[in-house]
Amino acid sequence: MTQAFQIESRQVKDKPPRSLAGKRASSPARLNHLKVLEAESIHILREAVAEFARPVMLYSIGKDSSVMLRLAQKAFFPGKVPFPLLHVDTSYKFPEMIAFRDSYAREIGADLIVHQNRQALAEGANPFSLGTQKCCGLLKTQALLGALGEGGFDAAFGGARRDEEKSRAKERIYSFRDAAGQWDPKNQRPELWNIFNSRINKGEHIRVFPLSNWTELDVWLYIYAENIPIVPLYFARERKVVLRGSSIMLALDDQELLPGERTQTLRVRMRSLGCAPCTGAIRSDADTVPKIIDEMVSFRRSERENRVIDHDEEGSMEVKKREGYF
Amino acid sequence: MISALDRTPPAGFDLFLEQHLKLELLRFTTAGSVDDGKSTLIGRLLHDSKSVYEDQLESLRNSRLNRSTGPLDFSLLTDGLRAEREQGITIDVAYRYFATARRKFIIADTPGHEQYTRNMATGASTADLAVILIDCTKGVLSQTRRHARIAALLGIPNLLIAINKMDLAGFSQEIFDQLKSESLALAQALAFVSAVCIPVSALAGDNVATRSHNMPWYSGLTMLEHLESVPLGRQDNAGALRFPVQYVIRPDSSFRGFAGQIAGGRVRPGDFVKALPSGQTTRIQSIVTFDGELSSAASPLSVTLRLQDEIDLSRGDMLVSTNSPPHVSRHFLAMLVWMNSQPLVLGATYILMHTTHRVRATIRAIRYRVNVDTAEHEPTGSVSMNEIAAVEIATVSPLFFDPYSRNRTTGSFILIDPLSNATVGAAMIQEPLSQIPAAAASAGSGELGDNKPLEPIRNSARARKNGHYSAAVSLSGRLGVAVELEKLLFRKNLQVTRIGDDGAPGKALAAVVGVLDAAGLIVIYSGAQISREHKQILSKVFSDCYLDLDTANLSSHDELAVRQAAELVQSLSAVNLSSLGRQQVSHA
Ligand SMILES: Nc1nc2c(ncn2[C@@H]2O[C@H](COP(=O)(O)OP(=O)(O)O)[C@@H](O)[C@H]2O)c(=O)[nH]1
Repeated sequence: MTQAFQIESRQVKDKPPRSLAGKRASSPARLNHLKVLEAESIHILREAVAEFARPVMLYSIGKDSSVMLRLAQKAFFPGKVPFPLLHVDTSYKFPEMIAFRDSYAREIGADLIVHQNRQALAEGANPFSLGTQKCCGLLKTQALLGALGEGGFDAAFGGARRDEEKSRAKERIYSFRDAAGQWDPKNQRPELWNIFNSRINKGEHIRVFPLSNWTELDVWLYIYAENIPIVPLYFARERKVVLRGSSIMLALDDQELLPGERTQTLRVRMRSLGCAPCTGAIRSDADTVPKIIDEMVSFRRSERENRVIDHDEEGSMEVKKREGYF
Repeated sequence: MISALDRTPPAGFDLFLEQHLKLELLRFTTAGSVDDGKSTLIGRLLHDSKSVYEDQLESLRNSRLNRSTGPLDFSLLTDGLRAEREQGITIDVAYRYFATARRKFIIADTPGHEQYTRNMATGASTADLAVILIDCTKGVLSQTRRHARIAALLGIPNLLIAINKMDLAGFSQEIFDQLKSESLALAQALAFVSAVCIPVSALAGDNVATRSHNMPWYSGLTMLEHLESVPLGRQDNAGALRFPVQYVIRPDSSFRGFAGQIAGGRVRPGDFVKALPSGQTTRIQSIVTFDGELSSAASPLSVTLRLQDEIDLSRGDMLVSTNSPPHVSRHFLAMLVWMNSQPLVLGATYILMHTTHRVRATIRAIRYRVNVDTAEHEPTGSVSMNEIAAVEIATVSPLFFDPYSRNRTTGSFILIDPLSNATVGAAMIQEPLSQIPAAAASAGSGELGDNKPLEPIRNSARARKNGHYSAAVSLSGRLGVAVELEKLLFRKNLQVTRIGDDGAPGKALAAVVGVLDAAGLIVIYSGAQISREHKQILSKVFSDCYLDLDTANLSSHDELAVRQAAELVQSLSAVNLSSLGRQQVSHA
């Protein structure tokens, strides 16, 4: 896309030029889709907080988490977000993500829990020797289940969207998990209107997905309209990278290069944020939210494409989800 | 003509952005018999509205599973789970998303097979429009009638009938006209707000997003044009104010706000409102949101309301307009869709969730079952999975409701089995019943089970009436928690009482709690430091149904501890009355 836009990066300015709150009075007939989605998500967040004894929010530091967190702030305003944020840290996250996480949590006064599968890390779990499947199993899925168990959480908010991936399309907003944390896609509770069944037995829990009905475009539009801070890795900038297979990997300071590899500087950004060894960057000039949106609607590649993990095996996301992954 | 397909309108990207910040939202559901082409049609809509990613298309091109006669099997785009891919069928409700320059669309894709009613009801519950497919080589089937009937029953205002596979009928106008008059007659009988009929070929894309050159005789809108322009007649915000209180926000003593999603009507500061169930009247002080105070807010916004007076109001209560309040009743007639493999049990107690209100409910009578194929009312004694029936329901405390035809939020509820926790039914309220009618009264006498003359009331009969067994909990040192726990359980309509440890000898305690146990009550025993001896007495008298909360690891936060304790008490005393009923039969 080559059009020049009048809209510059607004992530640094205080006030968005177009607030969704708009005229401060909503006309029912003309309520825009983001406002409707926002109202629905706030309803879901409040419902779960009212009905569960110990909810927690899975905070992944990505753009979806950022939107979900803003919705939580809105849901309980002027009160504080009434549950802790849980970050399952594989120890392989980009340093910029960790820095953003810590400063943002501090800024909004959130209660942040960082959890790692220490045992697996001590035993040297890493994606290179284990393969991404196994590594994710230990450092994400097992770590998550461990954190939920340790905290005694009976509900966990996740930022997953149904449009992300085929097997997510059938996920309920309240997704029931048995005592082993597993998902049974064939035996889900019917979910009608905006009524959610929160009844569980001890040891079971519910994953609650307030962003179920949002698309990637909705998320970006909302970030734009609400001026929500996101990790700078999403914005294009000259970065040191190595080309590995068909992927562009960021060359972090402590990263070992494989034989024959050398670093170079390219203008790139991350489309989705995962672990540094398993998430590739894309070449891009998009250094503002509108440019990211523009790029997104022009290129039409799905956002998880740059994650190695989903492609290992056909239907691999579904397999992981059954086991307890988000 | 179809500007909808241009992701980047000519005037530039900022116009695109401007447009997309103003999209309306339309939710629709799709129905059709197996092989009518539903998956292909949805795949087509996603593809032609450019909502399919390049890499997804690539994997489609490379897929070994092309079951279509075209180069791309669009139906693969919508096949969700591994099991389904392997079996080649869709088994549950799946949601798809796409947007044009005018609207964002949410499709609830419900498959056509034996669990159909349950799935379609799920998808239809939030839909503004139903797309029903007819394979023009098969015509209007009894399935078509069924789908239209369920759509109407769930209150979907708009119907779009897509006559598919027109390519197989030589794009014949005659065939279309025949099917059109037949299906529109059906729609008329079911009183949809709007109904249209469009000839399409999902496989080739004719009249889906682009006008068909093969059917010049058709001058109406394409499917996408219709979806983009059909009026969004949300009746819920036209009606009177309904504000179910969801959560009380109280960050400090100076602020008390009631959070919730407006379920009907509009609210403004200064408005008089009535609180239910208390009946107290007050005025709206302000509408608080993160983005500033609002001068007015309407359904379906989620807001926080501050009131001018301190009134008694909490989760499950409702603020309503003073001049047109909802029905307030414990008895009502509802259309029930049964969703569980265990059939509905007459007289059994279920947990009913209506807006933010949870209450125990009993099915008093089944008036009739609806034959979804013929619309006939059939007498029946039970309701099985995927059946729809008109039932009379009684709740332990009143619901505040409107007929479903007036308000889909305050007119709907779900039923939960208290033992399995499964969502077993979903219902649409039709009207209040002023008193328990004769048919229900006889069903109500089932409360005594098969008690013989002169036989004392059985425990099971008490449990059936109370909705729980007798139970006891003990809690040392946290009087505040014990008092609040009693209140919370009381509010939830459990038969609960609290006794304090006044140092009475064990014998006296045993005598007192023995009577309470026989009466079927839930006993909260609180004291500074409850002795082992007293705990043993409770455990003996209440046998299985005793819990020592001192060892239950309750939160140190009082409010949380109360909620945790209440959950424990409820699961401790929970009764599956349907199993109770069956046990009695097998004993006889
Ligand atoms: N000729 C023709 N075949 C179609 C059309 N739409 C769907 N089909 C085919 O009909 C079969 C069933 O389609 P599918 O979308 O899987 O049906 P579903 O069971 O309703 O989801 C497939 O082989 C499709 O390729 C159409 O418009 N014309």
